[in-house]
Amino acid sequence: MTYLEAIGDGLRSAMRADPSVVVLGEDVGAYGGAFKVTKGLLEEFGPRRVIDTPISEAGIVGAAIGAALMGVRPVAEMQFADFISCAFNQIINVAATSAYRSGGCVPMVIRAPCGAGTHGGPFHSQSVEAHFFHTPGLKIVMPSIPADARGLLLAAIADPNPVLYLEHKALYRSQRGEVAEGLIQTPLGHAAVKRPGRDVTVVTYGMMVHRCLEAAEGAARDGVEAEVIDLRTLLPLDLETITVSVTRTARVLIVHEDRLRGGIGAEIAAHLGEHLFTSLDAPIQRIGAPDTPVPYAPALEAAYLPDADLIRDAIVRLARW
Amino acid sequence: MTEQARTASDPLAPAHPNLTDDDLRRLLRAMLLQRTAEDRIIKLYYQGAIAGACFTGYGHEAIAVGAASALGPDDVAATLHRDLGARLVLGMPLGYYFANFLGRTGSPTRGREGNLHIGGLGPRILLHIDHIGASIPVAAGAALAFSVRQEPRVAMALFGEGTLATGEFHEGANLAAVLRLPLVLVCWNNQFAYSTPLDREVAGPIVDRMAGYGMPACSVDGNDVLAVYAAAREAVDRARTVGGASFIECRTMRLRGHSEADDASYVPKALLAEWQGRDPVARFEAHLIETRRLTSAQAEALRADALAEVDAAHAWAEASPPPDPGELERGVYCEGRPWP
Repeated sequence: MTYLEAIGDGLRSAMRADPSVVVLGEDVGAYGGAFKVTKGLLEEFGPRRVIDTPISEAGIVGAAIGAALMGVRPVAEMQFADFISCAFNQIINVAATSAYRSGGCVPMVIRAPCGAGTHGGPFHSQSVEAHFFHTPGLKIVMPSIPADARGLLLAAIADPNPVLYLEHKALYRSQRGEVAEGLIQTPLGHAAVKRPGRDVTVVTYGMMVHRCLEAAEGAARDGVEAEVIDLRTLLPLDLETITVSVTRTARVLIVHEDRLRGGIGAEIAAHLGEHLFTSLDAPIQRIGAPDTPVPYAPALEAAYLPDADLIRDAIVRLARW
Repeated sequence: MTEQARTASDPLAPAHPNLTDDDLRRLLRAMLLQRTAEDRIIKLYYQGAIAGACFTGYGHEAIAVGAASALGPDDVAATLHRDLGARLVLGMPLGYYFANFLGRTGSPTRGREGNLHIGGLGPRILLHIDHIGASIPVAAGAALAFSVRQEPRVAMALFGEGTLATGEFHEGANLAAVLRLPLVLVCWNNQFAYSTPLDREVAGPIVDRMAGYGMPACSVDGNDVLAVYAAAREAVDRARTVGGASFIECRTMRLRGHSEADDASYVPKALLAEWQGRDPVARFEAHLIETRRLTSAQAEALRADALAEVDAAHAWAEASPPPDPGELERGVYCEGRPWP
C-alpha cells in the first residue's frame, strides 16, 4: 500500500484495538482530511471519535492535551505542518513540560503533513522538526516508507508521551511497500540501516532517505559504497546506530531537507565531533536547505531541495578525502 | 468599573437550596483556610523564605471556593494562581501548597515548580498551565474526553479577565461551543491584568462577548460566595444534563499587587478601600452570624482550626527535604508515576 494508505491503516487499526483512541482536526471527519488520510474513519467510528474541529490549531492541540490527561488517546491532525506554529505554546509549554512538572503524562500524537516538493510555497512546504527538537519532553518521528509510517504511528499512539508524527506529503502517493498487519510497531528511538556500505556513512531521514539511496547507487558506480541510515525517530536520536556505523566508515555525511542552520544535522555533527573526533578520517559533512523560506516556483523549489546528484558528489568527495 | 459594586452591608444572595447549614460552614472554612494560608505565605515571602515569586488570591476566596464547591465528585477543574481555595475544595492537601512555595520534594512537582503551580493532582485538578489563556483549550479537552466516553462529568476552568484578550481563550471557548462540551468558564474579573486596567483589556461588557459564542453567560458579585455558588451550580448542572459550555463573570477586585513584588500603586486608593470593605471572607462570616447559622464562638473556633491546619501544613512542608540535584534530569518523559 502507499505511504498515505499506511497511515490511514495504522489509525484504523489503533482505533479498532483501543476505544480510547480518537482523531481530531480540521476536515478530518466528513471530508476525510485534506489529503484523505482519515477517509472512512468517521463512517466506521462515528463523530464521537472522529472529531471535526474549527480552524484552531492551539484549540485542537490544547483539547488533545486535556483529553489525554483524562485518559483518552488523541491523534490530533495539523492540516499542514506549517500550521503547527499556531499551536507552539500548547506543545512546548503545556504538553512537553507536563511529566517533568507534575508527573502528569500526556499520551498524544500530533500528525503533521510536512515537507517540500509539492509546490506548496512558503506556507505549505515547511520542515518543522528543528523548532521542536530543542524541547525536552517531546518525541519526534518521521517515517520514509509505508511500513514505518504504519509502525511508527502505532508506536507513537502507544507511547505515554506527546509525539510529533511528521509525515512527508511528497511520499504520500510516491512510496509504496509492504506493511505489517495488526498492531506491529516500529519502535521509537531506533534508526534503520537502509543500505550497508563500508566507505561513507550517510545519516538522513524523511524524503531525503530516497534521494540518499539514489545517490548511494550513483556513488557505487564510482566504486564508493555508502551506508545509508534512516533515523526514523528524530527525538530521541539513535546515536548508537550512527556511532557504530561512523566508527567503521570514519566518514559521515548528514543530509536533511530542513535548513542546515540549527537543524537536526547540526546536533548530530556536534555529537560526533565531541565523541568520535579521533575515529574520523575526514571532516563531518552536511547537506540541507539554504537559509530561506521554502519557495513556490518549481525552478526555485528544485534549487532549494538537495538533490541526488549533489548528495552523490558529496559522498564520492568524502570517500576520496 | 465600580458602579456594580455593592457595599459591605449589602445582603448576600439567598443560599442555594442544596446547601445545608453544615455546607455553608464548610464554605466559610475553606475560605478561611485560603486566607490564613496566604497570610502565612506572605509572611514567609517577606522573611525571605520563598526563593521565587509570591502570588495570592487575596479577595478571590469566594470565587475559588464557591465555584469549585459546585462541582460533583467526578468533575475536574483547571485552576490558576489565585485559586488556592478551589484546589482545597477539590482535595489538595494544604501541605503541598507550602512545599511547592518552599521548593520541597513533598510537593507533587518535587521542586520543579514554585508558587501555586500545582496540578495533575489526582484526576480532579488539571495540570497547572501558567500561560494565560492556554488552560482554556485544555479544560475544553477534558470536557471532550467526557463527551467521547459519554460520561456525565463536567470540566471547569477558573481564570482572570485578562484571559479574554488571548487567542487561546477564543479557540478553547469556540471549540467548546461548537462541540457542545460540558465546560464551565469561571472568570474572576479583578479589574486589573497586572497593571493594565479593565478598559485597556477588553472593550464593552465581558458577558456580552459570550453571546458571540452562543453561550449562556451571567455576571455575579464575586465577593458573595453564595452568588458564585448558585451561578456555578446552575452552569454545572446544565453542562451535565444538556451539555454545552457556560460563562460566569465574577466581579471582584485584586486586593494585593499582581505579586508581592508589585506595590500596585497604579490602583486608585478609593477603589481599593471600597473593595477592602467588601472582603469576601469577613462578609460571609458576618452573613452566617447574622442569619444565625454560626455563632461568634463557632466563627472563632473555625479561625483557630484554620490556623492550626496552616501550622501543621507549614511544618509538614518544612520537614520535607529539598530536591536532590541528582534528580535534575529525571522525569522529563513519562515515568508512569501515579498521581499523588
